[in-house]
Amino acid sequence: MDFSLTSTQTSIQQMVRAFAAREVKPTAAVTDETCAFPRDNVQKMQRYGLMGMNVPTEFGGAGADDISYAIAVEELSKVCATTGVILSAHNSLFCDPLLKFGTPAQQEKYLIPAANGKTLGAFALTEPNAGTDAASQVTRARKVDGGYRLNGSKIFITNAGEADVYVVFAMTDPSKGTRGISAFILEKGWEGFSFGRVEEKMGIHGSSTRELIFQDVFIPQENLLGEEGKGFKIAMVTLDGGRIGIAAQAVGIAQGALDETIAYIKQREQFNQPISKFQAVQFTIADMQTQTSAARLLTYQAADAKTRGLPYSNLAAMAKLFASETAGFVTNKAVQLHGGYGYTREYPVERMMRDAKITEIYEGTSEVQRMVISSHAIG
Amino acid sequence: MRIIVAIKQVPETSKVKMDPETGTMQRAGLEAIINPLDLYAIETALRLKQAAGGLVTVLTMGPPKAESALREAVAMGCDDAVLLSDRRFGGADTWATAYTLAQAVRRMGDFDLIVCGERATDGDTGQVGPSLAAFLDLPLATYASKAEWMADGRLRVERLEEDGRQVLALPVPALITVVKEIASPRLPTLRGMKTAKALQIPVWGPEEIEADPGRIGLKGSPTRVVKIESPKLTRAAEMLPVGTQQELDDALARTCQFLRQIGIEPKNGGAA
Repeated sequence: MDFSLTSTQTSIQQMVRAFAAREVKPTAAVTDETCAFPRDNVQKMQRYGLMGMNVPTEFGGAGADDISYAIAVEELSKVCATTGVILSAHNSLFCDPLLKFGTPAQQEKYLIPAANGKTLGAFALTEPNAGTDAASQVTRARKVDGGYRLNGSKIFITNAGEADVYVVFAMTDPSKGTRGISAFILEKGWEGFSFGRVEEKMGIHGSSTRELIFQDVFIPQENLLGEEGKGFKIAMVTLDGGRIGIAAQAVGIAQGALDETIAYIKQREQFNQPISKFQAVQFTIADMQTQTSAARLLTYQAADAKTRGLPYSNLAAMAKLFASETAGFVTNKAVQLHGGYGYTREYPVERMMRDAKITEIYEGTSEVQRMVISSHAIG
Repeated sequence: MRIIVAIKQVPETSKVKMDPETGTMQRAGLEAIINPLDLYAIETALRLKQAAGGLVTVLTMGPPKAESALREAVAMGCDDAVLLSDRRFGGADTWATAYTLAQAVRRMGDFDLIVCGERATDGDTGQVGPSLAAFLDLPLATYASKAEWMADGRLRVERLEEDGRQVLALPVPALITVVKEIASPRLPTLRGMKTAKALQIPVWGPEEIEADPGRIGLKGSPTRVVKIESPKLTRAAEMLPVGTQQELDDALARTCQFLRQIGIEPKNGGAA
């Protein structure tokens, strides 16, 4: 067992940290205020090789391992959780299933441009009445000559509207339940494929969260991802990986809030001394630091298992559960230690507190993670 | 088109401490980085390459660990690298360094341009770039704040001067040293890091560059460092209370006395 980062991981950490500080941090507050998708950041992440960073080089990626990927999402999320989730959704939820389940032709057409960052990807599973109960999908793909006809809608889709390519799940055989779900690759601009309302959210304001609407969309047979009826499995495997990304995002939000708070308590004076001299403040920092470090270790452990090809579903669920609840705890304390200033938009911690909440909800709520973890523990 | 960038690996100077006993730099535990001013040289070379194509070769002289500086430059986008490393190169002053670099450049063959940083943040001389131009008998433009290829193949250079700008058209091959204003350096990319990791970097010693053994390293350096010390600054403050008229008068008298001590005569004799 070796807990130190490799030289490559350290270089990636230094590079993304410098990138985040120079290119992302200056616009994070404006992105939050205007709720505008940070297209500039996506283009810059492409230039630096972050989009598709963990895709092997033969498919156009940078061939980084999963810990390096977690580090990148963490470093971005320290300064801007919106940018962190754009990268996470693109890598974990689009590139990953294409890599695992795509045919060579699909990989050529869709994975390579996505791994190069020329296209942006999204993943669409959730429906108004199919959240945690993903099996109750009503979006329907009917077999027709040469492919399928898709009808229905998806909601709360990250990168929706902005993304060029989508992995979409739909029922091909409702009589079979989860075994009747199939996965498809859709392109923006196809006839009958449109975008609905833009959600107004508590946090991650710059991330595009929208509805996808399918009206008789024709999907050619070659855009079926994996086998017919195997969609549910593809979704579950993909979400296992996605949880590492969200855990890393949560660790980043927590660390970002902690960094801001430590800087603040050293310069904020009350009773003629910096408030960092008070033990109540010091002990709160100790708790924030300990939980953040523990969350990071769980996240890296899950990422390491994924790279090694070991089972990681349980580890990813524990990492995501603990890291997201840590982000909630740490950002709450960060606002508290900033006092009245922390509640204002003058300081970034109130944004971080709003951004943290989503990590307990998307890509499986904390309750779903507990279901996964307990089923592994109890059997 | 071939562009050579000559860089130096330096200690992270923002964290340097001097040993008060010996007057030398405490190097132990210091991180080694690319001389920050050389990053602008790398950026300039990469932009000139983007504009007209070609290859950028990065060159440095230093201990074996200077290889990491070369790999970082390749991660930023340079195409290949050469390390000049040999015990006999050690202790070189700016003269011997420039001679050694010149020999290496001769070994590399044809090139169009050499780009150097303004100076290194450790030695702070700014001499190596211009000396290299002299050894190679190249047209030289120092303190360049802008550089772009002209249609006729010459390099248009703007030089930053204290009271204005000088614009030159340099025939190539040439050498320029650049200032911060020229361009903001890019960061290494992930793909660049991968290329850099896999790159074989040749290491050249005196034989490979056919260097005259009497002109390299300490032996070839006419400069002798006698002593390095940091100036001592001490400040002693004297507080003068001015609560009453008497105290104010006393404070004025004391201030005038102090000024006379250091050789300044108060103008009106110190009257309030």
